[in-house]
Amino acid sequence: MKKLMLANEAVARGAYEAGVKVVSSYPGTPSTEITEYASKYPEMYTEWAPNEKVAAEVAVGASIAGARAMTCMKHVGLNVAADPIFTAAYTGVNGGLLVVVADDPAMHSSQNEQDSRFYARAAHIPMLEPSDSREAKDFVKLGFEISEKYDTPVFLRLTTRIAHSQSFVETGERDERGLKDYQKDVGKYVMMPAMARGRHLVVESREERLAADANGMRDINRIEMRSKKLGIVCSGAVYTYVKEATDASILKLGMTYPLPMDIIKEFAARVDELMVIEELEPIIETEIKASGIACHGKEIFGRQGEYSVALIREKLYGEVSPKSAHTLPARPPVMCAGCPHRSVFYVINKLKLTVSGDIGCYTLGALAPLSAMDTCVCMGASIGISHGFAKAGAPAAQKMVSVIGDSTFIHSGITGIINAVYNKANITCIILDNSTTGMTGHQQNPATGKTITGEPTAQVDLEALVRACGAGSVRVIDAYDMAEMEKALKEETSKDTVSVIIARRACALLDRRYPPALFIDSEKCRKCKACLKIGCPAIENVGGEIRINPELCVGCGVCKPLCKFGAIQG
Amino acid sequence: MINILIVGVGGQGTLLASRVLGSYAALKGLDCKLSEVHGMSQRGGSVVTHVRIGESVGSPLVSEGEADFILAFEQLEALRWSHYLKKSGTVLINNQRILPMPVITGAQSYPDGIFDRLTEESKSYKIIEGLALAAEAGNTKAVNIVMLGVLFRLMGESLDTAREAVKASVPAKFLDVNLKAVTLGYNS
Repeated sequence: MKKLMLANEAVARGAYEAGVKVVSSYPGTPSTEITEYASKYPEMYTEWAPNEKVAAEVAVGASIAGARAMTCMKHVGLNVAADPIFTAAYTGVNGGLLVVVADDPAMHSSQNEQDSRFYARAAHIPMLEPSDSREAKDFVKLGFEISEKYDTPVFLRLTTRIAHSQSFVETGERDERGLKDYQKDVGKYVMMPAMARGRHLVVESREERLAADANGMRDINRIEMRSKKLGIVCSGAVYTYVKEATDASILKLGMTYPLPMDIIKEFAARVDELMVIEELEPIIETEIKASGIACHGKEIFGRQGEYSVALIREKLYGEVSPKSAHTLPARPPVMCAGCPHRSVFYVINKLKLTVSGDIGCYTLGALAPLSAMDTCVCMGASIGISHGFAKAGAPAAQKMVSVIGDSTFIHSGITGIINAVYNKANITCIILDNSTTGMTGHQQNPATGKTITGEPTAQVDLEALVRACGAGSVRVIDAYDMAEMEKALKEETSKDTVSVIIARRACALLDRRYPPALFIDSEKCRKCKACLKIGCPAIENVGGEIRINPELCVGCGVCKPLCKFGAIQG
Repeated sequence: MINILIVGVGGQGTLLASRVLGSYAALKGLDCKLSEVHGMSQRGGSVVTHVRIGESVGSPLVSEGEADFILAFEQLEALRWSHYLKKSGTVLINNQRILPMPVITGAQSYPDGIFDRLTEESKSYKIIEGLALAAEAGNTKAVNIVMLGVLFRLMGESLDTAREAVKASVPAKFLDVNLKAVTLGYNS
């Protein structure tokens, strides 16, 4: 059957067809939907793990036990999972093991633009890169074959334009396979120095074999001869751009590590000029140059952002595409109407606190008019950073708070609290507990009491957890209650202990049975604009008249106490 | 090849609209690629979805100056993306303004004369009372499907085809409203 699928859905389908038994992941744009789609197949056990490192370990375990296993993450998630993955390259696999990583060139939804292809080189793990959804499904199946044939984990790399594009996929049947036999093998699976030294040799010889065999994989490392004047080496989404923008000959690489050097040499010999067009870092280009073949590309295209058909036409042929002639107000993303984070940031802004932020919807608290964030680095960093401020003796640390979401706290905030307690810090942390993983589209997590399929399960008790970590003061506040939050923040930031305030209120998009929209009584409104300072998208200033947009307002009432004149009603 | 850009504000239903067009391509036996925006960029921000339908589709992205149609769910977004329109193309504009945060805070003002500016650029456009039609269909959230109704008519497709595409993409619970919406848009 032919079906239009996101590449993320196609990866899940590929795993299903390949007989995968275990999928463990942590959500992260643009990879999240892979695991969500995987959870719809009861034949595969699928779970959300608390973070990518645990997820990768679960997949490694399932693989050693004899099952085909997969773990999926975004590029920065691979940093978290890198530790088990580097050593899984040494242990190799039993059942096939696929690590799916989705990069985000142009940072549509990320804090950096790192290139995961470096990990393939650094960990000596082969990497496949599909160009559309059909290939995404096919390469998953191929990945498992390579994994088992060469006894190695395999990377499947997507980028946002692949992961979040839909194209047609022909579906097939599931290859149901039992567990492979598990044999205790200390030399292979217990990586202590004596055994690991032996395995390092295996890794090296495996990579040599793979590099040689890549030259035989001509269906995925494919030469498409067109004009001989220019030959372009490319992969992934860029292949589709190159094909459309130019009449150049193309070497499309489906495997970008190790590179099929013989095919590259052959291609170079058949064209007058060899160019590599690759988003982000000049990884393929550097390797081709290192093997003594002249090529170029990065000096024309640069390392920033996404490429496109228009960009390639402009850089190669000077054809400039139309640009917008207008200077328009930007429309940055905002916290939704009714978002329980908004009121917390309003209070933080009012108290002029220094804020170490974290990764999630609430990072939007950095933007005007709330403007209540000083730092945002990575998942879980908020707590360590406020601790760092304090230990540096920074005056700002006297009035500082870290803010972190429930899912992010479970991901990697707990160790930050333990560190602060252990090292006698005096910091205040707000856990914004909205009972979901919001930004990635409402995934369950260990603090929600439900599994990925919505089944009830044990729920982490955040209050008990932070108390067990040794936090000296723990209190729970309704996130909408700004008076109580103000009082709590004043008290907790002046205490000489680790304080945790749990601001609790479910994400406004979860239960959509809203009270009626509020409205502004224009006779009472003095147009002081105090209500605009909360940055709610439903409160509008239309030519000086303040109104509440009934299409957007969800009646949360957080704006009501901001009006001294009682003009906000409903 | 038909190139369509669907632009609007996160939450207005650009994703569902693109999926209906995907179903349309499947009904017609054509190739299709859709490119979407998820995550951070979705929360009330400016969003764009690319739709390409044809015999064989390569890049999932529509290039600047090459869109046959731009479906703009909001006025300012119509202007923001208008350079994607090709000379013979048409912008369908839902006659609605959603104020971006820099306008709400007073840091910037909402641009005046959006339609005049499009006329000055010789862009062909059509204004649609999407919100009113969606309300008539029974749910103001169905603006996206109203807009598709208009698009299908301009593409020369039959109302039946438009309704089939909606049927193939919309959950059963919301089907009635959306069938009304696509019909009202088509006949508007």
